[in-house]
Amino acid sequence: MSLTDLESLAARVPDGSKLAMPPDNSLPSVALAKALIRRGARGLRLVGVPTSGFATDILVGAGCVAEVETSAVSLGEAGFAPRFSAALKAGEIVMKDATCPAIHTMLQASEKGVPFMPLRGIIGSDILAHRPDWQVIDNPFAEAGGDPIVLLPALQPDFGVFHAVMADSRGNVWLGRKRECATIAHASKASLVTVERVVEGDFLTDETLAPGCISATYIDAIAIAERGARPVALLDEYRMDTAYISDYARMAKTAEGFREWLAINVFESRAAAAE
Amino acid sequence: MSDCKPEEFLAATICRLILDPSQPTARHVAVGAASPVPAAACYLAQKLGYPIRLSLLARTQGNPFSDGTRELFDLTGQGRIDLFFLGGGQIDGEANLNLVGTGEWPGKGVRFPGSFGSAFMYMMTPRIILFREEHSPRVLVSKVDNISANGVSPPGVFRRGHAQALVTGRCVFRFHPDRARFSLASVHAGETVESVRAATGFDFDVDGSIPTTPPPTTEELALLRGPVCDEMLETYPDFCARVFSRSDDQSAPLPHEASLRGDPEGGRGGLNQPALT
Repeated sequence: MSLTDLESLAARVPDGSKLAMPPDNSLPSVALAKALIRRGARGLRLVGVPTSGFATDILVGAGCVAEVETSAVSLGEAGFAPRFSAALKAGEIVMKDATCPAIHTMLQASEKGVPFMPLRGIIGSDILAHRPDWQVIDNPFAEAGGDPIVLLPALQPDFGVFHAVMADSRGNVWLGRKRECATIAHASKASLVTVERVVEGDFLTDETLAPGCISATYIDAIAIAERGARPVALLDEYRMDTAYISDYARMAKTAEGFREWLAINVFESRAAAAE
Repeated sequence: MSDCKPEEFLAATICRLILDPSQPTARHVAVGAASPVPAAACYLAQKLGYPIRLSLLARTQGNPFSDGTRELFDLTGQGRIDLFFLGGGQIDGEANLNLVGTGEWPGKGVRFPGSFGSAFMYMMTPRIILFREEHSPRVLVSKVDNISANGVSPPGVFRRGHAQALVTGRCVFRFHPDRARFSLASVHAGETVESVRAATGFDFDVDGSIPTTPPPTTEELALLRGPVCDEMLETYPDFCARVFSRSDDQSAPLPHEASLRGDPEGGRGGLNQPALT
């Protein structure tokens, strides 16, 4: 497997890449988002699977993002995502609104290698009216004709980016029930994963671990980032740091406050850790 | 009614709508992430003895889904979720929901978080209960600025159900998909038809005399404050602290927290310790 360090992992992401990331109730790699900010990434196109949270807001605030495709952007209990909202209002990002199952379905089409998949619902929503890439056809199997249904194109991100609990010596990663990360990995051209730790062995030989595992087939590089999901929770290992998120929500209300937050939490903390 | 908090009152009100005998039975109910009042209503129905399978998306320990977040939508697509809850930054008189934002698409006025799964769930779930505590002309509007999820569909479009009701901090509305209008079902204590009308941006029907929404019974309040709170403590600690004055011990170690401290006995250490207990 390709075990590297966090900054090298970020260096693998060219400007303009399409990145799929899970939201704050799953396992986003906040550590890699911060490393992308430090590397000065530009023009990233983020896909929230199926919604977006803290990592998206800091990447947007830092000017790394050109486009966001997702079903919602939020800091959960801490409220609306401040830098995303500001960038949207200022016209600095392109927003492609979706609805949760549509994001899953577009990725599932990529998993299967088919050009599109149908999905029920959505007809009558303004989401559909603003998605020229989504089509409506009559169900070809409807015996009586009619029965309009939405077709969604396959969505293949350049990179799947998420955090996992651990990797084994073969490059398989384990993240338990957060299977949306498996959908992300299967659908993306490559996946970059941060983990808490690397352990000896092969998870795929263990029946209790294998179902919560993503095979090394899908994973291009791994970096160890302890507490790499923080301030987001990691399964049953650490809780969400709600104080950190509230603090962020307060500071990031203004561009100046956000820059101050970045200096302390993204640039300075790294410098301190390197000493 | 003894002193009861608005959240308790609303949970008991929603519980009665869940158990409404005129509706198809709710066997499996799902509750979205930021919905502690609907969650309390569902747990109350369970504690009253109704066999409801409750899938709480916000649960961390013991979350019902093991196949990722798409599982809820796959279940719903098959018709295996009977009842779901939705709200909206704006809700209009045809039960259209706006979760995107005000002004021009995609929310050039005030951007809300986004539509989440509403555009799918609203059409694919047989029963939907709309809940929005704020009842004001800015929320209940004559026409939403943007439609995340539409209240009714043209003939021929596959749809399993519609809004059953809209519960607010002032009243309960019933929705009539045949005429795409709400009617007033009951007003909460202290409200009148006139006060509700003054606070509502859309027109609605008033048929006959409108009853007052009944308060929770003594039994319901005891269940809410006891066993319902017990169930909700881990998932909604802030809500339980505010409404039931009970706090969860968030400083207690999680099952596998020890592994982060390099404790070889305590952690999910890998193959020699597949500690998935």
